Amino acid sequence: MLRTETFTLNMGPQHPSTHGVLQVILELDGETVVQAIPNMGYLHRGIEKLAESRTYAQFIPYTDRLDYVSSMGNNLGYCQTVEKMMGIKVPERAEYLRIIMTELNRIASHLIFMGSLAIDLGASTGMMFGFRSRERILDLFDMACGARQTYTYIRFGGVSADIPSEFIPELQRFLSDFPAMLDEYHRLLTGNEILYHRLKNTGVISGQRALEIGLTGPALRASGVDYDIRKVEPYGIYERFDFSVPLGQVGDCWDRYIVRMEEMKQSASIVAQALEQMPEGAVMATVPKVLKPPAGEVYHSIENPRGELGYYIVSDGGVNPYRLHVRRPSFINLQVLNEACQGLLIGDVVAVLATLDSLMGEVDC
Amino acid sequence: MQEITGLFRIAKVLRDLLGQFIPDPQLVDICMSLINIGAIFTIISLTAVVLVYTERKISAFMQRRSGPNRVGPGGTLQSVADMIKLMAKEDIMPAGADKWMWVLAPMLLFIPAAAVFVVFPFDNKAIFADLNIGIFYFIAMSSQSVLPFLMAGWASNNKYSLVGGMRTVAQMLSYEVPMVLSILGIVMLSGSMRMSTIVAAQQHTWFILLQPIAFVVYVITATAEINRAPFDLVEGESEIVAGPFTEYTGMRWALFFLAEYANLFAVSAIATTLFLGGWNGPWLPGWIWFFLKVAGMIFLFMWFRWTFPRLRIDQLMSFGWKVLLPLAVLNIIVTGIGMYIYEFFS
Repeated sequence: MLRTETFTLNMGPQHPSTHGVLQVILELDGETVVQAIPNMGYLHRGIEKLAESRTYAQFIPYTDRLDYVSSMGNNLGYCQTVEKMMGIKVPERAEYLRIIMTELNRIASHLIFMGSLAIDLGASTGMMFGFRSRERILDLFDMACGARQTYTYIRFGGVSADIPSEFIPELQRFLSDFPAMLDEYHRLLTGNEILYHRLKNTGVISGQRALEIGLTGPALRASGVDYDIRKVEPYGIYERFDFSVPLGQVGDCWDRYIVRMEEMKQSASIVAQALEQMPEGAVMATVPKVLKPPAGEVYHSIENPRGELGYYIVSDGGVNPYRLHVRRPSFINLQVLNEACQGLLIGDVVAVLATLDSLMGEVDC
Repeated sequence: MQEITGLFRIAKVLRDLLGQFIPDPQLVDICMSLINIGAIFTIISLTAVVLVYTERKISAFMQRRSGPNRVGPGGTLQSVADMIKLMAKEDIMPAGADKWMWVLAPMLLFIPAAAVFVVFPFDNKAIFADLNIGIFYFIAMSSQSVLPFLMAGWASNNKYSLVGGMRTVAQMLSYEVPMVLSILGIVMLSGSMRMSTIVAAQQHTWFILLQPIAFVVYVITATAEINRAPFDLVEGESEIVAGPFTEYTGMRWALFFLAEYANLFAVSAIATTLFLGGWNGPWLPGWIWFFLKVAGMIFLFMWFRWTFPRLRIDQLMSFGWKVLLPLAVLNIIVTGIGMYIYEFFS
């Protein structure tokens, strides 16, 4: 009697293409996936617990390290939550600077997505190109706040410092070069038949199922659901900008890829508009030295490159938060891995992981 | 009266020189054979070393980087440094590995890769062994590379290696068939499997002009045979880490590596011989033309590797069987009809 068995393959925490330290326990029938269970926690650093013994201001650098590739967004979410609790109003120039920085960070984060997708599927040139463009953005950030990856630039009441004089000309140079760079990436990757066949109809997540699971961000919009917090509940000054939200139809890896590529274009346009409209003025409101928000709870969320990043803070009137919880989009998006990978081949698991674009720092917190 | 040019002239000069010092003609023959063997070995070793450096530099320039530029002038001694490092590494064998199979696999892989060099026509009359089944010998020897992958995959006692090994067998065997059929078109045109006859038949027209489909099929199947991108899911890197090679370190891994580059040179040399006219060309000596054409083909293969992503296993299999094989068969039919019509009219 012939009998076949499934075997367990450990796509372990040390693997070239789990984005960080993620363990995916694959149960395989030959090359077909029967089950793909993500095992997270290898990068858990107890950040939420640490918040309880830090003052509100001391916690800002910790938010950088959550989704370390989109630090500006993390800072923004946290600072806006606390500003909501305290009723702090941010000056105009600071609002515009925040928009510029977070949208530039969105482009940088999506470039990392594009690069790691390319190299996971074998086109390592794509990764070099993506990272090369990202260097331009990191140089801009370095100019503004001295750091390349974890910025702590956005603070309560505004931003930490005004931009130097070289920033705007350099930013304009980048914005004028960027469309040509995007074109090159489209020619290399989007126009590539092999990439198309690897990503098309792989890891389909229907819009209905995406909503049930709690998917957010580009993965949700790729499944056809039009939900972008910047349009639905605008925070900061997003109502003043004219941009569109790209949507997918099927919810496969290809749609998730295209949605992010289009978002980069939209972000560049937002930055250009912000640059035009930005007034002169102060970059920081008057904020008390020691923050003691009134007792109560508040939740505020923003649209981070990976999804809806939310901060839930419970205050008891003291200098430290009583409880701080971060609604981490990568963590929730990763839950869909098992059902998205049903019946796919090993190579497709890599593609699905890459297009879900989870960052382990955020997944594990 | 044949012209005595290029490498053959060098060989003749050497033979005459030896003839002056050694009276016995048979001894001169033996000496010449030893020199030939030495030359072939030198080419094989140099190929791998030079190609490693070339690949790294070419890939770097395509990706807007500089590649190796510290060790030696312009980084040229990088391969030497790598070899020294690999030889100094600790030799680890995984626990539970099937010892003899595991040890033999890299050696059995390198031998066919090196053995095919004897049928390359570097110049007029400069083939180590001008067998009358020249191209068939190449096909037979390169098919031997399949088993060592499976040996390495099984003997490593590692699930990733096993998956890699099984993928290899599937891929290499599937792509052997269209490759042989594309070569068959050339054999039909030249009427012989002997390498020197095939090159001589291209004195006026290169076969690539007469057999464009066969050339395309050959290039694609050759990429699959030597496990390079876009067909490198054997050593998938981002999926199955390094496939059958995962558990090898040091000199054993170096052998795999060298075999891969020797194979790259081999398929480029075959492409040159069969499709690009071999050593034929005006003004320059034949062997310079040969190496230039081989360099062009190698550049083409490297260009593919650094541009394209990887195919998935099911896409790869369906492409090989459902697209390439019918194309190759169609090519043979068209060639046959074309030859008949040509003979009918002349």
